Amino acid sequence: MKEPSAVTPALSAAAPSQGIVDRRRAIKWMLTAAASAAILPRLARAGGYGPIPMPKGYGPSPDVQRIYKPGELWPLTFTSAQRRAATALCDTIIPADAESPSASQVGVVDFLDEWISAPYAPDGGEYSFQDDRALFLDGLAWLDGESVERFRKPFADLPNEQRSAICDDICNLARARPEFLQPAKFFARFRELTAGGFYTTPEGTKDLKYVGNVAMATFDGPPLEVLKKVGLA
Amino acid sequence: MPLISAKILKGSYDVIIIGSGAGGGQAAYTLTLEGAKVLMLEAGGNYDPGTETPMFQTPGQAPLRGAPTPDMQNGFYDASRGSGWKIEGEPYTTASDKDGEKFEWWRARMLGGRTNHWAQVSLRNGPYDFKPYSRDGLGFDWPISYEDVAPYYDKVEMLIGVYGTNEGLENTPDSPSGCLLPPPKPKVSDLLFQKAGKSLGIPVVANHRAVLTQRLAFEKLPEKLHPGNAFAQRIVRDSMEQRAACFWATDCSRGCSIRATYQSTTVHLPPAMATGNLDLLPNAMAREITLGKNGKANGVTFIDKTTGGEAHASARAVVVAAGAMESVRLLLNSKSARFPHGLANSSGLLGKYIMDSVGISSTLGQIPLLENLPPHNEDGATWGHVYAPSWLYKEQLAGKLGFARGYHIDFKGGRKMPSLYTAAQMEGLPHCGYGTKYKEDFRRYYGSVVDLAGCGEMIPNEDCYCELDLKVKDKWGIPVLQFHWKWSQHEIRQAAHMQSTFTAIIQAMGGKTYRDLEASNAKPKIHSRTDATNAQTDGAKLIYNGGRGWHEVGGARMGSDPNKSVTNQWGQTHDVPNVVLADAASFVSNADKNPTLTIMALSWRAAEHLAEEMKKGIS
Repeated sequence: MKEPSAVTPALSAAAPSQGIVDRRRAIKWMLTAAASAAILPRLARAGGYGPIPMPKGYGPSPDVQRIYKPGELWPLTFTSAQRRAATALCDTIIPADAESPSASQVGVVDFLDEWISAPYAPDGGEYSFQDDRALFLDGLAWLDGESVERFRKPFADLPNEQRSAICDDICNLARARPEFLQPAKFFARFRELTAGGFYTTPEGTKDLKYVGNVAMATFDGPPLEVLKKVGLA
Repeated sequence: MPLISAKILKGSYDVIIIGSGAGGGQAAYTLTLEGAKVLMLEAGGNYDPGTETPMFQTPGQAPLRGAPTPDMQNGFYDASRGSGWKIEGEPYTTASDKDGEKFEWWRARMLGGRTNHWAQVSLRNGPYDFKPYSRDGLGFDWPISYEDVAPYYDKVEMLIGVYGTNEGLENTPDSPSGCLLPPPKPKVSDLLFQKAGKSLGIPVVANHRAVLTQRLAFEKLPEKLHPGNAFAQRIVRDSMEQRAACFWATDCSRGCSIRATYQSTTVHLPPAMATGNLDLLPNAMAREITLGKNGKANGVTFIDKTTGGEAHASARAVVVAAGAMESVRLLLNSKSARFPHGLANSSGLLGKYIMDSVGISSTLGQIPLLENLPPHNEDGATWGHVYAPSWLYKEQLAGKLGFARGYHIDFKGGRKMPSLYTAAQMEGLPHCGYGTKYKEDFRRYYGSVVDLAGCGEMIPNEDCYCELDLKVKDKWGIPVLQFHWKWSQHEIRQAAHMQSTFTAIIQAMGGKTYRDLEASNAKPKIHSRTDATNAQTDGAKLIYNGGRGWHEVGGARMGSDPNKSVTNQWGQTHDVPNVVLADAASFVSNADKNPTLTIMALSWRAAEHLAEEMKKGIS
């Protein structure tokens, strides 16, 4: 087993600045953790998401024909430690199986990074990019901290059973214990965007057996076998 | 589309049309084919669906997987440019910030306006809808009846191409033979909705939408549309021939490069341009309609947004179709010694009795019967192929509903192209959390979620109006609108009725609403507004803000009494008859039917009348 010191650089890379917003955020996590004293030192180091580095998005008349890649339009955020943790969590949520590859194998981590780096203000709560930025960067820091506390390694270095031990505590918001409420909120949102990122790739749509988006001469309605299955034929 | 610049305007035009959407596009079509020389001013930029439509693109190819942003407020692939609920430098204000009293205003600053991304739902108002006051004593009657408008509904349906069926239902008019195209076959979720409707006494029939399920009969239709006008027939025939039938792929809200849906930019403007009688000037923001010494309008002063400078164009008549609220704003800002409170406002009614459609956030349900279906292509014509027309007329007349008027139900379900929304829907379902089992759950649930939404009639009331904000101006220095809004108990109770009806339908389909799933699993969902509303049964909490129904109409209602209305039955303002309103500003009521088909029918009728008067030298 690695010594705790081996992970320190990763954690500190994830937590440089301590602005007012960061502290307020950290305090919120602490309160929702129902005064669990053990969690406090880690959250004090969470944050570090800082200001969005670029003021503008793609503008009101973008070229909708071309193919875009994360990082082309605005700079990305993840440090190498955050990227490792995000990759591990993505692939815990959507691992490779017989049908399709894992989330990280089809670029979902890049998409998540693009998402939390998007230069769009919340604008009255309409757009969640900056809320998600705070939630994800704090959440990933929490995840590594929790992993170190329980297993003395960052999340990415844990075997599946140990990853599951943590995820089982936070993967169901309704059943999460009070000290895991905020991490569970993070997990739910992270899962939603991971799945959204994954199932919008060619591999993801194939996994769901989506067979549309092709030109057809006629629209013939549901095949007989479908009608039979729902009791309409 | 070939455009002109403000520098090369002709000395004078027969007609200036302000706005290029459904109303302006139809007026330009009718007037230019009748030989009038027309200048069209559009406040937004040029837009060419032939080259700017993302056909077949997938969310994975877009920034942020196509999610809405302040730049593209309805998502990256929606056919909107420079458009949205908020437009930089062009604010509007609301008297109240409270939900339920707020008004939200989607503006499309682009050639073709909102017709580029609309849902193509093309329903005729019925006989009751033109005489609502006579039926229940609420609101106001129109000065025209269904019979007056029916011939124009016929013509618009034949021109733009609307699929649907004739069902002989109450206040849901049939079209004469030859008007409608055959509807697409129902999807499997449509059939389950239909079956559930039957058990509940709710009719579920083919929707009416402006999508070409087959090519238009370009050999026959032009003569029906323009009898005796060989010039018009030739041009319309050419334009119709260039439109392809739907190929059952690509979301209709992206626009359609093969011209299979109605967009002003693919159906109205190409033939109007082909006449050689239309000059089209984008980036021209109308500031004021100017009056001559004879008391008639003589032109329009506008901002050339490309330079920021002001310019003026002259014409014998002005057609205003900037979008109902924007048209009202232009008239309010056209002040003169004769009209100190705004042009054509001697009745004092300009800006009054504005309306929207009643609705609640979509109600989602999960239907076990739709799980794990054999893969098949369900793209079809994008949304559900059926709908439930307003059906509660007997109960309504007997006063049994607790609210006047009614609503129709829009439905969608099926194995749509996966998007971020697919994953958001998954969060509301009882799944196992993560891992390979989560992937299995995702496969099982995919395609099994249905979505019901209502579109209901609002009764005009005195608390809903707009006026000029005395302090705030846009970046061109033009005073902006301030909105006042209040739903009445009729709308609020209708919203609650929608919620209980949608729940009953989902249950009759053998499914559960998200609200019920949440309750049974004690699994609150945190990121969807849909569930927040599902958790509420109080209509006041369910109903969305004014404007969020996308159907803002009224503000310059038509009527026969100049003291009680702004325009006559042909959209001519009583005060200045050569100023004609050709959008939804002149609406007297706002039936549950989506307004676009009626906008086009009334615009055709108004433009035809104007052309006749101009030929006689009256206007």
